[in-house]
Amino acid sequence: MLDSQEGYVTADGRQIGGVVLELKNITLRFGGVVAIKDISFDIRKGEIRAIIGPNGAGKSSMLNVISGFYNPQEGDVIYKGYKRPKMAPYKVSRMGIARTFQNIALFEGMSVLDNIMTGRMHHMKAGFLAQAMWWGKAQKEEEEHRAAVEKIIDFLEIQAIRKTPVARLPYGLKKRVELARALAAEPQILLLDEPMAGMNVEEKEDMSRFILDVNDEFGTTTVLIEHDMGVVMDLSDRVVVMDYGKKIGDGTPDEVRNNQDVIDAYLGVAHD
Amino acid sequence: MLYREAGDFKTSYASDNQTFPIRGDRMAYWAVLAVAFLVVPFVLGDYWANAVVIPFLIYVIAALGLNLLIGYTGLLSLGTAAFMAVGAYATYKLTTAFPGMNIYLVFLLSGVVTAAVGVLFGLPSLKIKGFYLAVATLAAQFFLIWLFTRVEWFYNHSPTGQIAMPERSMFGITITGAAASSTAVYMTCLIFVVVMAWLARNLTRGTLGRTWMAIRDMDIAAEIIGVNPLIAKLSAFAVSSFFVGVAGALMFGVYLGAAEAGEAFSINKSFLVLFMVIIGGLGSILGSFLGAAFLVVLPVLLKLLLVDGFGWPADLARHLEVMIIGALIIVVLIAEPHGMAALWRTMKEKLRLWPFPH
Repeated sequence: MLDSQEGYVTADGRQIGGVVLELKNITLRFGGVVAIKDISFDIRKGEIRAIIGPNGAGKSSMLNVISGFYNPQEGDVIYKGYKRPKMAPYKVSRMGIARTFQNIALFEGMSVLDNIMTGRMHHMKAGFLAQAMWWGKAQKEEEEHRAAVEKIIDFLEIQAIRKTPVARLPYGLKKRVELARALAAEPQILLLDEPMAGMNVEEKEDMSRFILDVNDEFGTTTVLIEHDMGVVMDLSDRVVVMDYGKKIGDGTPDEVRNNQDVIDAYLGVAHD
Repeated sequence: MLYREAGDFKTSYASDNQTFPIRGDRMAYWAVLAVAFLVVPFVLGDYWANAVVIPFLIYVIAALGLNLLIGYTGLLSLGTAAFMAVGAYATYKLTTAFPGMNIYLVFLLSGVVTAAVGVLFGLPSLKIKGFYLAVATLAAQFFLIWLFTRVEWFYNHSPTGQIAMPERSMFGITITGAAASSTAVYMTCLIFVVVMAWLARNLTRGTLGRTWMAIRDMDIAAEIIGVNPLIAKLSAFAVSSFFVGVAGALMFGVYLGAAEAGEAFSINKSFLVLFMVIIGGLGSILGSFLGAAFLVVLPVLLKLLLVDGFGWPADLARHLEVMIIGALIIVVLIAEPHGMAALWRTMKEKLRLWPFPH
């Protein structure tokens, strides 16, 4: 096991830092249903960490615990070395944790640009009166952040749709806009809940490239839930495997692939 | 052919962010403003001022306020008339307590008082939404009107139970009271409309407006990406009530002159403003103007046509008006949920391409 300060070097030569977020003995219950049972793992700076497992294993619940939407009954979330107290989700997001959703959760009535601008909300500080008058700080700020948002729009290649209402976009682009909105927050940790669900091969390739580029360019720590094993094994540096709310495996893609518990519960064997 | 954006390149984010990105729109906007300020005051007769133009301007402010709440933040309110009453009674109390205070300031302060009351009645929105919230705001409607008719302090113990606007003037021009000219009243309302529409536009295109719309479109996602729902919802109630309060203050101060809460600010008025917002277009500044214009002009037109033109009895025309409005609400909700503003938008998109179909 690695020390919490110490990093490691990935197979493709990227330097991974110390632990950013650590989950310690998390147990989450909904009434009598135990969604997560005594799970511990850590997320290190700069890595792409995948969470996999069959449907209903508790992966999304885990993400919801990290993003502060669920409060676990037992266990601690340790963020940047400090135990995170129970707090409202919007405060968690201000601490640098952004996410996308399994079922797209964009603001349908707003344009792509406005959606992405909402992601930058915590960076915008103009007061109420300045905004009402559209004067001084409010206007200057709007332009500065527009410039930052345009960078993300360029990066994700969605220039052509920036003024389009989100409701008119096809599924694949919506997923991309959602990623853009999360990136606009300049998060320390980016949580992606099935970013490739329901996509065709080409769209998956695009999305994989974006995730890798984001990690490469901005050094964003990424936590990813995904069912496409090819994608997961290619993208991620370390993988957590969950089944029925329990952790059954944790390690590099190769370690996980050869773990008998994981094969039995989820991966299965090829019949040839 | 004139209405094109091709070749009209934007070279800064400021020019791309402007309210009317197309030159034709910009020119039309300045032309309307010029006509409203420089031509209308000189040609406006008393009948048209009192029957159409002044109520239209006042209802625009109320509709803008309600649109910020319903159209932009997605919080349904049925207490509009009660909040207008708060504005009206605040004006009355302020101007009788401080007769020397500038009357425009009185109207603005009445808006501020209404904003505070609005926040109070907006508190349930933190826990409930949709129809349940509408019922909670309905409580505001009945409670506030009850308060204003029962507690004598609000109408300075006047024996009639009415509040009456005393005469107030600014720079030697009488603005309120029976002696005020319709031109002075028109200009007052126009100034308030222009300034408040501008404020509404600025608020809705900035950070605050985006947090409101985020709450409207998907409140849980909004909270997870960092919108504080408490601040978003209560600020929407505050700003909306401010607008509605100023509309009520003007309605009483410069238009009605005398009012009694139960009569002038009954639930019918709440529904009227709600219909303006729905027919005009939810989530659109222009829609507030169109909706208010439509519902103010429609009864006048029907009266001119049916009563004066065909010689029908006035009550029949009244009933027909109610039926037409009712039918229109249903048609709009089914055919064009975003109201007249969306029709206008579609028309402009067609115009941009004209004479080509695509």
